[in-house]
Amino acid sequence: MQYALMIYTEPGYHEALPEAERQAVRAEFLALADDARCVAHVQLQPVETATSVRLASGRMLMTDGPFADTKEVLGGVYVVEAANLDEAMELAARIPAIRLGGVVEVRPVVAP
Amino acid sequence: MPPNPGAWLVTTARNRAIDRIRRERVLAGKIQLLPTPEAVMDEFDDTVIKDERLELIFTCCHPALALDGQVALTLRALGGLETADIARAFLVSEETMKRRLTRAKTKIKATGIPFAVPDAHLLPDRLDAVLAVIYLIYNEGYSGRIDLGSEAIRLGRVLATLMPDEPEVHGLLALMMIHQARQRARFSGEDLVLLADQDRSLWDHAQIAAGRAALDRAFALGGRGAYVIQAAIASLQAAEQIDWPQVAGLYQRLADLTGSPVVELNHAVAIAQAGDPAAGLLAVDRLDLDGYLYFHSTRAELLRRLGRDSEAAAAYHRALELATTTPERRFLSRRLEEL
Repeated sequence: MQYALMIYTEPGYHEALPEAERQAVRAEFLALADDARCVAHVQLQPVETATSVRLASGRMLMTDGPFADTKEVLGGVYVVEAANLDEAMELAARIPAIRLGGVVEVRPVVAP
Repeated sequence: MPPNPGAWLVTTARNRAIDRIRRERVLAGKIQLLPTPEAVMDEFDDTVIKDERLELIFTCCHPALALDGQVALTLRALGGLETADIARAFLVSEETMKRRLTRAKTKIKATGIPFAVPDAHLLPDRLDAVLAVIYLIYNEGYSGRIDLGSEAIRLGRVLATLMPDEPEVHGLLALMMIHQARQRARFSGEDLVLLADQDRSLWDHAQIAAGRAALDRAFALGGRGAYVIQAAIASLQAAEQIDWPQVAGLYQRLADLTGSPVVELNHAVAIAQAGDPAAGLLAVDRLDLDGYLYFHSTRAELLRRLGRDSEAAAAYHRALELATTTPERRFLSRRLEEL
């Protein structure tokens, strides 16, 4: 089955790293993307670029910023194919954001 | 005499676990759960046959499940307890327990939690989770509400049969058996009876022997983990003459292993019991456990033994403020009157 690995991090965590470490982290992200079990992956632009849209009094209301005001923000998503949750968790554990203070939320994807 | 150090450890582990369950319970209460078709539950129950008990244990105790769900599911699926019994044991309505079980089963199914014994590289962590659930069940029973203690020991035996080469499994079984063996002597009517004052003829000596056999097995397998050490302490405390210096040494190792201030507190008690209450008090006073009942009752006992009665009285009062059960309150009031 497929699982979405949603990566939440503090804004700027990656930029704050020394150059060598930053490259190492990037390589780890790319290695996971290259894994045969990875079916899709997206990296999002920084949270400053977010615009939220909702319906208010029958009109589309646009607001600057993410929908929830949290310390960690969604930074990217992998979709992986795994036999079960344990295998999905092992893939999730390879995401370098975790050791840099981030959190990865793992959710099964609804089968088409 | 200070209160039974073994019991403190057990109480703390229990309280920590219960706190966590309560937190998760509050969280769960805030989430409106959609009704789940009964079919999900039935399907799960029917897939289980006896030969797959080990797989079942690891599924029920999967860390992706809420802890209260793990506990309920383990009791329901492996203990063979009815939902109503489990609800009574945890002081919740049958409806709540049914929802809790359904939620856990639904998550197993929806998220693909495997029905399998984890791979070798995952096994140590996952076995820890299983042992924690069984110990939590045991500690619920130890508080005396309902006989979950025997149920936990039965689960421990099953696990020891299924995983005969894991020392911590035997260590946990030994720990539970030796504690359980003293259960009948721990209360006189409504009153708590401390280890030193317990009527040993009420102890279940066959059970202690069985616990020690399990402990020997754990040692033979090279076991030096937290459950093995706690079982070794319980075994020493069930001896005719308690070897307090050795108990203190074991608590020191347990403290190094767990980094727990509550274990440090027990270590301090053992130092005092080994003949040096002043050193024990010094060790106690280094700890940051102000909100903890047994921190204050221990300080009180040590101060009393050192003849510092007014300080002891103050500490007993502070302990009384924190005591929640009737036997504890009665015990502390009695101590205070005796000063």
